[in-house]
Amino acid sequence: MSTEKQISMSLAKPESTGLSLTQKVALGLGLAGLFILMLAGFNTYFPNKGLFLTLSLVCIATGTIIFSNALYLNKSKGIKNDGVWFKSISSRGTLGWITGVFLTGFYIILYFYPEYLGLGISGNSNSGLIALFDPLSKLLNGNPASQWFVYGTLYTLAILIFGYKFILKYRHNRYQQLRTISVMFFQLGFAFLIPEFMSRLNQSTEYNLPYYDLKSMWPLNYYLFDSWSVNGLLSSGNLGLAMLIFGILSIFVISPILTYKYGKRWYCSWVCGCGGLAETVGDPFRQLSSKKQSAWKIERWLIHTVLVFSVIMTIAVIYSYLDKNPSNYWLSSKAFLMGSGLLLTLLFSVVILFKRHELGKDARYGAIDYFIIILSLFILYVTGTSEQIFLIKPSSLRSAYGFYIGSIFSGVIGTGFYPILGNRVWCRFGCPMAAVLGFQQRLFSKFRITTNGGQCISCGNCSTYCEMGIDVRAYAQKGENIVRSSCVGCGICSAVCPRGVLKLENSSMKGRINANEILLGNDVNLIDLLTKK
Amino acid sequence: MEHIVIIGNGISGITAARHIRKLSDKKITVISAESEYFFSRTALMYVYMGHMTFSHTQPYENWFWTKNNITLKKAYVQAVDTDNKTLHFSDDSPLRYDKLIIASGSKPNKFGWPGEHLKGVQGLYSKPDLELLEINAPNNKICKRAVIVGGGLIGIELAEMLSSRQIPVTFLVRESSFWNNVLPENDSQLVTEHIKNHHIDLRLSSNLKEIKSDDHGKVKSIVIEETGEEIPCNFVGLTAGVSPNINFLKSSKINTNKGVVVNRFLETNIEDVYAIGDCAEQLEPIGNRRSIEAVWYTGRMMGEVIAQTICIQKMPYQPSHWFNSAKFFDIEYQTYGWVNNEKNKPECESHFHWKDKDHLKCITIAYNKNTNAFLGINAFGIRLRHETFETWLNEGRDVDYVINHLEEANFDPEFSKTYHPKIQNAYNRQLQHEL
Repeated sequence: MSTEKQISMSLAKPESTGLSLTQKVALGLGLAGLFILMLAGFNTYFPNKGLFLTLSLVCIATGTIIFSNALYLNKSKGIKNDGVWFKSISSRGTLGWITGVFLTGFYIILYFYPEYLGLGISGNSNSGLIALFDPLSKLLNGNPASQWFVYGTLYTLAILIFGYKFILKYRHNRYQQLRTISVMFFQLGFAFLIPEFMSRLNQSTEYNLPYYDLKSMWPLNYYLFDSWSVNGLLSSGNLGLAMLIFGILSIFVISPILTYKYGKRWYCSWVCGCGGLAETVGDPFRQLSSKKQSAWKIERWLIHTVLVFSVIMTIAVIYSYLDKNPSNYWLSSKAFLMGSGLLLTLLFSVVILFKRHELGKDARYGAIDYFIIILSLFILYVTGTSEQIFLIKPSSLRSAYGFYIGSIFSGVIGTGFYPILGNRVWCRFGCPMAAVLGFQQRLFSKFRITTNGGQCISCGNCSTYCEMGIDVRAYAQKGENIVRSSCVGCGICSAVCPRGVLKLENSSMKGRINANEILLGNDVNLIDLLTKK
Repeated sequence: MEHIVIIGNGISGITAARHIRKLSDKKITVISAESEYFFSRTALMYVYMGHMTFSHTQPYENWFWTKNNITLKKAYVQAVDTDNKTLHFSDDSPLRYDKLIIASGSKPNKFGWPGEHLKGVQGLYSKPDLELLEINAPNNKICKRAVIVGGGLIGIELAEMLSSRQIPVTFLVRESSFWNNVLPENDSQLVTEHIKNHHIDLRLSSNLKEIKSDDHGKVKSIVIEETGEEIPCNFVGLTAGVSPNINFLKSSKINTNKGVVVNRFLETNIEDVYAIGDCAEQLEPIGNRRSIEAVWYTGRMMGEVIAQTICIQKMPYQPSHWFNSAKFFDIEYQTYGWVNNEKNKPECESHFHWKDKDHLKCITIAYNKNTNAFLGINAFGIRLRHETFETWLNEGRDVDYVINHLEEANFDPEFSKTYHPKIQNAYNRQLQHEL
């Protein structure tokens, strides 16, 4: 008999208590807030948009807060995973699938059919849902709302209120609380408010700033080097120039230093907005990521493909930009190509020279990546013109990337599929930024998850709740530290471990990767014997 | 090719199989009647609580065994014929072995209580036990009250499991405070208090007299020996310890006592037959260890050692310092070295105890009061580093050193509150007091 089958078919639900009265009221309140948004979506006329928008957002927020309080505050501090695999929403049940379909649908409309949300096309004013957000948009940036403003507002609200829920859930664990406060801060300030204020600056003729979330780095922020973005920044005085320089510095200087010291978690689970949503709204779905070895294989091929695609796309876009404006910059398009090729070659040689034994089989992936990129650069050099690269227009390459990776992968699949594939689908299989940081984390970082000697009991809580699908237990039960490029350092494996086996640490590079034959606690002589071998 | 047959696919047997495969290309067969694939027994509770599905408890994907050429056989061994090196099954043809490793684990103890075989009465050890529990106590409509008999680690886990489904639990514990047959009084008090805070009806110094049946042979109530009180219930969990699961060896020539008797090389009285894990009983106990160690870690260590003996050279089972861990509801427990309770501790063993004001964290450090040598530590609600204590115990550090360097041994998540200054203050105050 399979226990799982029996549970899912059982009419007598194990979670027999269901929701408390307070929780039901809170749920009602939240749904009422959503209902207002829905009515707006169906073009219901609201006399005072500002009032109804406020009402709606306040209802959603207080509903979630009251619900979370009722869920966690009357229970003792500790791990709260009871019934996760019995609940329809968190175990790919009917509710899970409905939510997945709804989210996916929302993303498709958002990216491809914003007019259904009420976006005013060709000079018309907004209607429907987007019009409801006009007052807030005007308040912040002085312009009517766009679909991206609506999305940004709801996204930020979601991170804030579900961040609150997450903090209550893990109120025994300060690492979890602090990093959640951090992602809430960066989302609200850097991704939402600062760009809005920046666009208010654009009301002056001296500024022409593009939307720029300062914490979002290339290659995640793949449009940083698009001509509209670069032109915008360069035509916005010193502020614009400073921002462009900051963007380049954050890729080549700030990020490597921070990743060396703390691992990629400084970004992926403390700063990043995609990570922020995954860790807060997506937290109930973290156990749905596949831990199979086959999934790991797919992961490595996919994420490297996206990385290579984004590097080639960006280089091609910059190349054609420079080629089109040869007199504006000191850098010629051919020199830029040569420079990029040299930089990559240098990077690749250094890694192969110093880290090949650590890299092992993964060296193959690096080599394939490298050669594809170099080959593309060569083709670009020989055949590329400002009008045509790889036999197509540079803009088509860029829009293909934007469509398939930026919209379909990171949005529709990455978030829409939370309830089916887990909350880090994009971060795990697609994000080129995660690939870059992961590469560095694997080879050149002080970060690791330390395994506590021989204490592991192979229970599997760590692997189950790893959102990145890492089989943490496979390492822990061998007494090995976990040094994986995909690890975002969320720390949940350590939190859910019932025996205190896992600890996220930044420590010396030496002995970071430790393969043990025999675990600590056994015969000292035997361990010695095998280590000497 | 030499054929190694292992009876039992728990942590001991599977560790042995994996290490033999690493060291050789001998033919390996692992037999189990319980489950097709290896799973983590300690994780069964999380399946009932809905933290994991059963498949999550399996540390290796199913292809692992074929890939590593380890044959798995689901069958029940009925008899072992050591003269002909043959195993006999209830419904399959006999199997020849060259070397036999017995790793058949434990079974729950039953002490002949009246009514212990009624419907709704069970232990909690195996996968079938978990499946039975799902029938006996699926929710608090069908199981309005559960009674647990026996205050050990499985008992408290079962209490946590049942209360995760809001089933009211009465917990009968023979001792005067939870697990004080192992823990020092202060530690035991902390856990006792924590159990009560989780709304468990904890009955200390209470023994089971009998289990009463309704008209359908199902449990109706239990009676407490000391008070004669009758408690109506729909489920009784018997968790009064485990003992070696070796009934199938009774007819064989293998020497058994409570368990399969083995020497330090894990050899039985019969050549080419070994026993490891819960079912093995050491002829002479090692150090302060019990002759039968029914612990995850020791099972794994014996598996690691036996593989050396079979593949490379004869190796004694010579574990390093004692360590163990458990979790009592929300409180994690780790221990390194020896901390004895009041009844068992030798005259020279003294304890330093510190408890946090929230009553969710405490430590007890045992030391030799004549030499000040550090003997061991119990930590509740604070994670400690195994490697550090292994080193300190090897180096023979004294208690002052351990207290003053406690920070180095901390294994709590980053940004956690630190307790070592408080612990050091408490220790210094106690010293002054003693002077």
